[in-house]
Amino acid sequence: MRVNVRQREGVTILDLKGKITIGVGDVALRDAIHQALNAGAAKILVNLEDVSTIDSSGVGELVSAYTTVTNRSGKLKLLNLPPKVADILQITQLITVFDVFDDEEEALRGF
Amino acid sequence: MPAQTLPFHLTIGSRFENIELVQAVLSDALSAYDMDEESRHWVDLAVREAVANAIQHGNRLAPDKRVEIDLELSGRELVVRVRDQGEGFDPGSLIDPLAPENRLRPNGRGIFYMQKFMDEIDYDFQPGRGTEVTLRKRLGTGSEDPAGTAGSSEEGSR
Repeated sequence: MRVNVRQREGVTILDLKGKITIGVGDVALRDAIHQALNAGAAKILVNLEDVSTIDSSGVGELVSAYTTVTNRSGKLKLLNLPPKVADILQITQLITVFDVFDDEEEALRGF
Repeated sequence: MPAQTLPFHLTIGSRFENIELVQAVLSDALSAYDMDEESRHWVDLAVREAVANAIQHGNRLAPDKRVEIDLELSGRELVVRVRDQGEGFDPGSLIDPLAPENRLRPNGRGIFYMQKFMDEIDYDFQPGRGTEVTLRKRLGTGSEDPAGTAGSSEEGSR
């Protein structure tokens, strides 16, 4: 999985591309979140538009990211869920845990 | 190159990167059968979870331990068996990932994935002799929306 990091209006946006799966993608997500936090980010928007697959480890990493950021008084929100990723979050009943947006401008205003 | 046909047997070492190999072979094999892309995605994901469990929780990433995967068609049913060489596990120890107190746990959703995306899942284990998980999926039932089938979970912490 590839992670592109950009900044907009005080929000750190992580554009993820590929698979968030065990051993590779989940580690990349964890590293990206920790790097953002270490750089002082308190508002993180995770863009999942180009994520093709998310396994249970990837979901676990999203949950860890959410709790880690929240425990540091930050905010983490999700952007552009592909249908299969949305299905997964629905099945796991995590869809109600995350703030989810399908428009980047709206997501930025949501912080 | 012609598509891989069923049945086939695959043995892999206990490394996560080998999951991609299993996925490539499985995807190639399923392309020859009556299963749409949507359904193939969910079967791929369930098999991925079974193999990941075998590598991580069964063989505990031991490089000298193998994971064996068998795929076959039984009538109109796809049957996938995944065996590890671990210590076995107690399905009774699994937790419900949908319970409010477990919702934010980072782990415990692997078997839950398998239960949701396949028609049937069985375990065969004996302490010290590894675990075999059998996944079954009926073919030709069309695309499914697993989110629409979400309900109360069996248990699942692996």
